[in-house]
Amino acid sequence: MNNIERNNIGGLFRVVFRKYAILLALIILMLVLSIMTDKFMTQDNLINILRQISVIAILAMAATFVIITGGIDLSCGSLLALCGVVFAMYARGEESGADPIYPLIIPIVIAVVIGLTFGALNGVLVSVLKLAPFIVTLGTMTIARGTALLISNGRPISDMSGPWKDFGKNGVGIFPYLVIVMIVAFIITAIVLNKTKYGRYLYAIGGNEEAARASGIRTLWVKLSVYVLAGGLVAVAGILQATRMTVGQPNVGSGYELQAISAVVIGGTSLSGGTGAMWGTLVGAVIIGVLNNGLDLMGVSSFWQQIVSGIIIIAAVLLDIVNKKSK
Amino acid sequence: MASGQDQYILEMRSISKAFVGVQALSDVDFFLKKGTVHALMGENGAGKSTLMKILTGMYHEDSGDVMYQGEPFKHRSELLTLHRGISMIHQELSYVPELTIADNIFLGREVSHLGILDTAEMNRRAEELLDKLNVKFDPKRKMSDLMVSEQQMIEIAKAISYDANIIIMDEPTSAITDREIDQLFGMIKDLKGRGVSIIYISHKMDEILRIADYVTVFRDGKNVNSYDAKDIDIGTIIRDMVGRDLVDVFSEKKCALGEEVLRVENFSRVPHFKDVSFSVHRGEIVGFAGLMGAGRTEIMRCLFGMDKPDSGEIYIKGEKVDIDSPRSAIGRSIGFVSEDRKGVGLVLPLSVRDNITLSSLSRLFKSFLLKGKQENAVADEIITKMRIKTPNRYQCVNNLSGGNQQKVVIGKAVLEGAEILIMDEPTRGIDIGTKSEIYKLIVDLAEQGNAVILVSSELPELVGLSDKVVVLHEGEQTGVIAEKRDISQESIMELAIA
Repeated sequence: MNNIERNNIGGLFRVVFRKYAILLALIILMLVLSIMTDKFMTQDNLINILRQISVIAILAMAATFVIITGGIDLSCGSLLALCGVVFAMYARGEESGADPIYPLIIPIVIAVVIGLTFGALNGVLVSVLKLAPFIVTLGTMTIARGTALLISNGRPISDMSGPWKDFGKNGVGIFPYLVIVMIVAFIITAIVLNKTKYGRYLYAIGGNEEAARASGIRTLWVKLSVYVLAGGLVAVAGILQATRMTVGQPNVGSGYELQAISAVVIGGTSLSGGTGAMWGTLVGAVIIGVLNNGLDLMGVSSFWQQIVSGIIIIAAVLLDIVNKKSK
Repeated sequence: MASGQDQYILEMRSISKAFVGVQALSDVDFFLKKGTVHALMGENGAGKSTLMKILTGMYHEDSGDVMYQGEPFKHRSELLTLHRGISMIHQELSYVPELTIADNIFLGREVSHLGILDTAEMNRRAEELLDKLNVKFDPKRKMSDLMVSEQQMIEIAKAISYDANIIIMDEPTSAITDREIDQLFGMIKDLKGRGVSIIYISHKMDEILRIADYVTVFRDGKNVNSYDAKDIDIGTIIRDMVGRDLVDVFSEKKCALGEEVLRVENFSRVPHFKDVSFSVHRGEIVGFAGLMGAGRTEIMRCLFGMDKPDSGEIYIKGEKVDIDSPRSAIGRSIGFVSEDRKGVGLVLPLSVRDNITLSSLSRLFKSFLLKGKQENAVADEIITKMRIKTPNRYQCVNNLSGGNQQKVVIGKAVLEGAEILIMDEPTRGIDIGTKSEIYKLIVDLAEQGNAVILVSSELPELVGLSDKVVVLHEGEQTGVIAEKRDISQESIMELAIA
């Protein structure tokens, strides 16, 4: 309750516990699963979990940036599909597994440019025109999906060239490329959020936009740019998704935006903005992955998995509120 | 319960209440007679509002007893006290802007039949109620379409409509016009006649003398004296309210004025203020006085680039400048300590360190990356220099007391290297100990050669600190008291009421 209490050991323990409760939850979950099933604690399975969560985790990192500023991005699932389709169109060979028609960098550049462009569209509407982010991204969500279906004629773009086809399944040592990209993305986004002026400005805007402006921060530009940044990350996730499935699927990713937001919320980032951390988001994504995997291994139906995921989200938010109140 | 003038409807005995680090009330007694108007007076932070919030159940007393209508009244909640006939008009208006006047008045006790709202009936009753107050509004109008003074009248009407035995009015006239004040006072007399007791909190002496039957003065969380209103004069009340040697609170500034740093000419933003001109020198503290709605805060917001003025020129060190954003103001070494600490001054979820350095990051770090050690060092320096009481620099600023939060805001401006410091109500809602620390800080800053603009509603503060006072009345500059020896509460008041 007061400052003195925070100085003693018990207070310190409570602060630490509060901060890392979610990590503790993950460890307990993993312990339970390793006792209940033989397969869970194997190297193959753990790597497989990371592979499975890589796409959602990167979307969740993008969502973390946006949510910390007090915004929301519902368009990421559809934009992921659009970027994946565009990527697949330029990552093709004459036939599946053949040499690429375009240089390897071309599909990446085009997909990322599309991602940034949609991000900029979100950003301008939210920041300059001051529309509600929920509505704006609900609109662009539909626009991106429509565009993906339009340019692909509603059919999957197949015939991915050899190098790209291999990218999704290969890796360095035991680590698939997908997991490496996720980890690199995590390191970069965590540094941006914690160690740069830009990251600090994101927190400030989410915490109190008026105070941020009064502190000389160009709130308009920072808010605009955060959506652009998110769009770029979504493009990366879209590329991973396409290489993982070796096809550009215009229908993929619906509902991913909600899974991403779930990971962010489980990770302790508040939807009202101003607080949160990138590591929490990663842990949140891992919890979702571990839970689905564990329930799979125990032979629980996927319908039940959805119900459990929902309960976890509510429990995480509840935990957060109880923590805040006990202050 | 026997009725009659001498019957106490409310007895509060030995009430104490502490907040984090601050004893807000200690051993306070308060007795209210039926059918009387009892004024509570005292400086900001003296404990009047806290006592009322305890009465209505918004806060709970640490110790003490409350007797209401002759019986102990424990476990109060805001809803329960309302139903038992104690209603309060809060200083900060609380209404739902998008609902109509009638909706707001009947919020939470709507008239309905089988769950269907009877809008016509509520409108009719609302109109009746407003008629009684002599205000003519269509009850179907949206609350957000009304002016602040009109909204306040609606709040008053709402409080009355509860058929209360006790109505608490916390600064009810802060935003209303003289004509409306007359209507309100007529209403109060009428209520008194019907046996309703009014607790009236106000800073305005003339109002108190006009309508109060009894006056209780608070100071530093204690009640100093209670009087029959017939027996007192303004001098007694002021002595009780202040009760200490003002000389001790304000430290004397020992420095000569330097060259002119800031000059503002014909500054206007209609309807908030018009044709305001003044200048500030190095080492000078220029006070800004005026009643609420005089436009002082609005001027400062424009000066700091938060809002755009319609016209006028700003000169800094003789050079005409264009300030179109807080960013450019900070770039011109203007620092702003807002009156709205939580709304403008601080980012509450962030730590003490992050708040202190927020506006200086781009100056401190040329590259994209923050350097943790360096940032910690500058933050700690400010924490020490400002004597901010916090367990560590990572403490969430929301957990600090008001006084310490204010020191964070001032420290932030100091770290920016501001040479022109705008302090808007720097001691609002702050305990007396911290207050004198902040006064000392202000004087120190001036002595170091900074120019300080001090906006304050507390006259002793303006008199004690200012070298010069600019007085405003409803957006017009009614005068400048240029000589320190001419500055007194009376000379300021004369111009402020104008």
